[in-house]
Amino acid sequence: MQQKIKYQRHRVVQVVTKFLIPMILLFAFYVQFHGDFGPGGGFQAGVIFASAFILHGLIFGEVRTRLVVSPNVLRLSMSIGLLLYAGTGVVSLLLGGNYLDYSILLNNPISGQHLGIFVVELGVGITVAAVMISLFYCFSSKRNSIDELAYNIDENEVHADD
Amino acid sequence: MTIDTMMIEHIIVMLLLTLLIVVAIVIIILNDLLAAIILSGLYSILSATVFVAMDAVDVALTEAAVGAGISTIILLGTLSFTKRIQKPQAHNNYWALTIVCLTGSLLIYGTLDMPRYGDPNSPANSNAQLAQHYLTKSKEEIGVPNVVTSVLASYRGYDTLGETAVVFTAAIGVLSLLGLRRRRRKEDPVITEKQQRKQQNEDV
Repeated sequence: MQQKIKYQRHRVVQVVTKFLIPMILLFAFYVQFHGDFGPGGGFQAGVIFASAFILHGLIFGEVRTRLVVSPNVLRLSMSIGLLLYAGTGVVSLLLGGNYLDYSILLNNPISGQHLGIFVVELGVGITVAAVMISLFYCFSSKRNSIDELAYNIDENEVHADD
Repeated sequence: MTIDTMMIEHIIVMLLLTLLIVVAIVIIILNDLLAAIILSGLYSILSATVFVAMDAVDVALTEAAVGAGISTIILLGTLSFTKRIQKPQAHNNYWALTIVCLTGSLLIYGTLDMPRYGDPNSPANSNAQLAQHYLTKSKEEIGVPNVVTSVLASYRGYDTLGETAVVFTAAIGVLSLLGLRRRRRKEDPVITEKQQRKQQNEDV
């Protein structure tokens, strides 16, 4: 019963969060794929993408975020991102160019550069997002929701508050 | 750019840098770690603003997202492993203060040799063919409008690969220290309710 009251206390925050998360994800994709034209790129986009999941974890409890993205998926995708980056270099090596020389990837050097930068930034984004969410999982595995995080003065005081 | 706007920009940057110093000193003085963490987020936002004022938008975006966003959250998470109030120091460590002051003054002495901000005669701006090459040839060689992206991902692809590897390695380090431990956690009411419903559906 106590638990139930606790979760209802943040109803407004939870509703607003549900509204915000898709927009944060959309902004992350914008920063990722518009990085060629404006400020941004894989690193920033990865962090913004991760922040959507971290927000979810803070408001609804990290246990439920683990149901959305499991730590195993994260471990896999952080390696995939780095392999995507390094693999682009290997592909350009196999095609007869220098390591990470994207001009060789397609017939037109400019399109090759575009493709290379796109793939490489995607790799950076995937790795950074996965790493950030994993770090959040590691550091928040002790407490479950915003209550305990914000009122972390003393165990006794948290209970007295309830 | 006329003299007036440059003056205004100069004053804004100076004001922000002064605020940065004030925030840093307050962080040192505070015993309340939660307040110190929130102020460190403020510190990052202020430095992001300084970067915007200096036209380094990409760096500002990174600083705002990483410094003010993720770092604050992770530090708050770290706080849950420890107490909120810092332990009072039993004695004053003058040796540490001396070493910190010495290192700080050496660093300030080192900056005296650096070219002034935006100096057109600095080595990086005047006779370096590399910077000029990036700025003038990026459009025809890479074809990406944002020169920062073309330098980061193409000209300096090795560096960025190394940076990504560093992030990856850091994550492996943290995971091996904290992530592999399995804790028994309290039953989450919402999840158990979901599981119960699932069970009921399966029974039907």
